[in-house]
Amino acid sequence: MKTLAALDVAKVRGDFPILGREVHGRPLVYLDSAASSQKPRAVIDAMSDYLSSHHSNVHRGAHQLSVEATDAYEGARARVAGFIGAASPDEVVFTRGTTESINLVAYAWGRSVEPGDEIVLTVMEHHSNIVPWQLLAERTGAVIRYATLTPEGRLDVDHLASLIGPATKLVGVTHVSNTLGVMNPVAEIAEITHEAGALCLVDGAQAAPHGAVDVRALGCDFYAFSAHKMCGPTGIGALWARPELLEAMPPFQGGGEMISEVRLEGSTWAPVPQKFEAGTPAIAEAVGFGAAIDYLESAGLDAIRAHEEEIARYALDRLGELDHLRIVGPTRDRLGVISFLYGDIHAHDLATILDRRGVAIRAGHHCNQPLMDYLGVDATARASFYLYTSRADIDILVEALFAARDLFGGFA
Amino acid sequence: MNDSKPSHGSLDDASLSQLYQEVILDHYRKPRNKGDVEDVTHTITMNNPLCGDVIDLLIQVKGGRIADIGFKGKGCSISQASASMMTERLKGMTVDEALALSGTFTKMLHGDGEAADDAELGDLRALQGVSKFPVRVKCALLAWNCLEELVGPDA
Repeated sequence: MKTLAALDVAKVRGDFPILGREVHGRPLVYLDSAASSQKPRAVIDAMSDYLSSHHSNVHRGAHQLSVEATDAYEGARARVAGFIGAASPDEVVFTRGTTESINLVAYAWGRSVEPGDEIVLTVMEHHSNIVPWQLLAERTGAVIRYATLTPEGRLDVDHLASLIGPATKLVGVTHVSNTLGVMNPVAEIAEITHEAGALCLVDGAQAAPHGAVDVRALGCDFYAFSAHKMCGPTGIGALWARPELLEAMPPFQGGGEMISEVRLEGSTWAPVPQKFEAGTPAIAEAVGFGAAIDYLESAGLDAIRAHEEEIARYALDRLGELDHLRIVGPTRDRLGVISFLYGDIHAHDLATILDRRGVAIRAGHHCNQPLMDYLGVDATARASFYLYTSRADIDILVEALFAARDLFGGFA
Repeated sequence: MNDSKPSHGSLDDASLSQLYQEVILDHYRKPRNKGDVEDVTHTITMNNPLCGDVIDLLIQVKGGRIADIGFKGKGCSISQASASMMTERLKGMTVDEALALSGTFTKMLHGDGEAADDAELGDLRALQGVSKFPVRVKCALLAWNCLEELVGPDA
């Protein structure tokens, strides 16, 4: 193990042009990275350079630009594969993001699902890891079962295990909760799942941005994530799957790019991963995705993770100074996403008040309505952190919360 | 207003102080006409799916007049105060008067200064500050949209 070099946050902040702007006359304090991260200059430049100098369609045409565009696109795929520990770039399908990745599995793998088959999810799943399965259940007659939480607000793995049985075909679980900030023991869950002969899908949207993901060490079967939450552009993400599953699954969408031969009587499919990439892909976005991975790796994934843990601890300490502030979920050992309630100030009022001080937080159900129902809350405020979040950001958040309290005349 | 560096707790933002006026917070914390209405003739539930604000509006219309009105619901201070203030203002009005007021109120929230000067609005003018916060206008209009759906021209 080499010694961990601490992240130079001031230098990192200088890499993100947007952090230099003001909002309502105040410096931007961006605490909504769990919704979407900001972009470093390196990503913006890589996309600009691709569009300025190399763009063409990919996988076709013998001309020079097509070769360059294909190299850039496939190079990005190789970077994504390397980032998550895939054995080969062919195991990585580019999608529009986590949501499309999960829909792809629910649709294509889901063709093998029969009435009475069971899909096991958890109450902390994002809507994108619930609704595609509900649609699948409607199409096939499959049954969905939901694992609940411990009193502290972590996944109740024993309950999850008790739901997995002979009828289980797939277990879908988020790697990191976008509301509770907890990391789930995915490797353990994958093992329990495999003992029952089922497959394990992991929603990695909130995990991939924050440190090394190794799909082979996790032992899962599908891993879905998005570029825009990890310094990359919107409109692109990835699905990793075991190669034998990708081979066996029928196509998702039909069109160009995904075919081998098309005859009026029928068609044959391109090899994976192209089989799942119908139509001209998001090439510039893939280039940006690759550049984002390069950026994160050069900053150091372990250093990023350590910085976020430190900022989360600092934020939990400072938020603890506020009477009437209630953290939703665990108050220790959580990643850089903190949901909270503050007195009787509704989350949307908080978001408006903080925004006037340049502080961007999320308010609402965070695409986690079943979790909100389970926890018995209507809406929460959520501050989320990333490699560019500083202690000063947290201090300004806390000041702004004090100001909100005073604007509301305190609490009874 | 002073120009000194804001310390925590200072009400350094005029548009915020205008948005969260005492009368609005009072209606938020002590809502009027919240609960059931006897002999309801019209009722509807509407929500802002993005915010999670929900309003149930209950009206008893008798002889073209809003004889009784109440609401239930949950959400931000603006949506709940607007509903409370609306019910207080509309009780006893004819349906036509209520709809006319709804039109004036809606115009005020969309930044129409002339509408905001209409004395008919009474206390409701306290909600004028919402017009400076476009994303919150839908919160203030939720209860009024319920009214329009129940007794408006397209009802």
